Amino acid sequence: MKKILTLLLSAGLVATATQALSSPKEDLEKFQTYYEQRFPGIQLDDFGNGPYALDASKRLQWESMEEFPPYEDYIDKGREIWETPFRNGKSFASCFGKDPSKVRVKYPHWDKASSQVVTLEGDINKCLKDNGEKPFGWKKGKIAHLGAFLGYEARGQKINVVIPDDPKALEAYEEGKHFYYAKRGQLNLACADCHIQYPGHRVRGQLLSTGLGQTTHFPVFRAKWSKAAANGDGMGTLHRRYGGCNKQVRARPFKAQSRQYRNLEFFHTYMSNGLAINAPGYRE
Amino acid sequence: MTKLTKRLGPTATALALCIGLVLSAQASAADLEAGKKIAFDRSKGNCLTCHHIEGGTLPGNIGPPLVAMKSRFPDKAKLRAQIWDATAINPHSIMPPLGRHRILSEKEVDLVTDYIYSL
Repeated sequence: MKKILTLLLSAGLVATATQALSSPKEDLEKFQTYYEQRFPGIQLDDFGNGPYALDASKRLQWESMEEFPPYEDYIDKGREIWETPFRNGKSFASCFGKDPSKVRVKYPHWDKASSQVVTLEGDINKCLKDNGEKPFGWKKGKIAHLGAFLGYEARGQKINVVIPDDPKALEAYEEGKHFYYAKRGQLNLACADCHIQYPGHRVRGQLLSTGLGQTTHFPVFRAKWSKAAANGDGMGTLHRRYGGCNKQVRARPFKAQSRQYRNLEFFHTYMSNGLAINAPGYRE
Repeated sequence: MTKLTKRLGPTATALALCIGLVLSAQASAADLEAGKKIAFDRSKGNCLTCHHIEGGTLPGNIGPPLVAMKSRFPDKAKLRAQIWDATAINPHSIMPPLGRHRILSEKEVDLVTDYIYSL
């Protein structure tokens, strides 16, 4: 009797645990519906404009800035990087295909062979190494310039991350999801605390963006980064931003392209499926 | 007073003691100023990131404005507990646990509590 009871109990526990995991598709629907209901009238794509979708005066300032966007030079630098041949005569086209507008939309994706999430930055540096070139730094500079060019070329295409029905891919997705919702650092803040619970609210003078649409505009030109850089280059990758966020909540940041950040990118970008790519973006 | 004390007995004594405690717990002007400084300091309490406080510039609006604190927290100890660890009452609270995570020292939590209580 006791045995049966234990068996029943543990079966019950297992059932509960399984039920607690919603499928990525269910998560996506809930995530997007939440924002649509919270901010009625905002078009899905507009969520990709972050705080500028939520506040009329900030939007005006941003729109006037977009007339001569500070990221433009870096798109050109990126184009040059794309077109410049490696020492072996090949170029990035040998890794990514000839059409630069078809690259960005493929990332991030699950790579079955290596059982991991592959990012655009990861493949950029893989391409360099495979061709005997020195890889770029992970967070800023050339990698962000090339990303800006590839993002610009892909503008308007819909984010379409696929989470395959593969236990390892689902595990990576779950880890990314957990990262987004888990409190961390001395300030005990989760990404979700600010960007799900309080988007549209202000921390000091800054307006918090929605979690929906956060990845569509990366790499980004940030005025804050530009001010801090001797050459004014404000471009940075998504993982540079992740690291900055983690530092701000006084948590130890993970390395750019670490498993943790790649899995976060996997979940985070998937949540914006259906939104238009609008990279590179500008943010304060 | 003696008569009254006799009639009410221990209750009044306790009451008198309480009043005495509250009076002695009154923060000095210097303490309030010190508490305000910690509350406004971005690397310390940084209360303005989320709360409006009179005299503070560029306040955020995530938390409620810090006004009429004595009517909201008749029990000062509860206010201190909220500052020390808001997640004790609401695990999802966005408010950093200033005491529990040692963002502030116990003394600093005391000073900030005195200041916020005075608002």
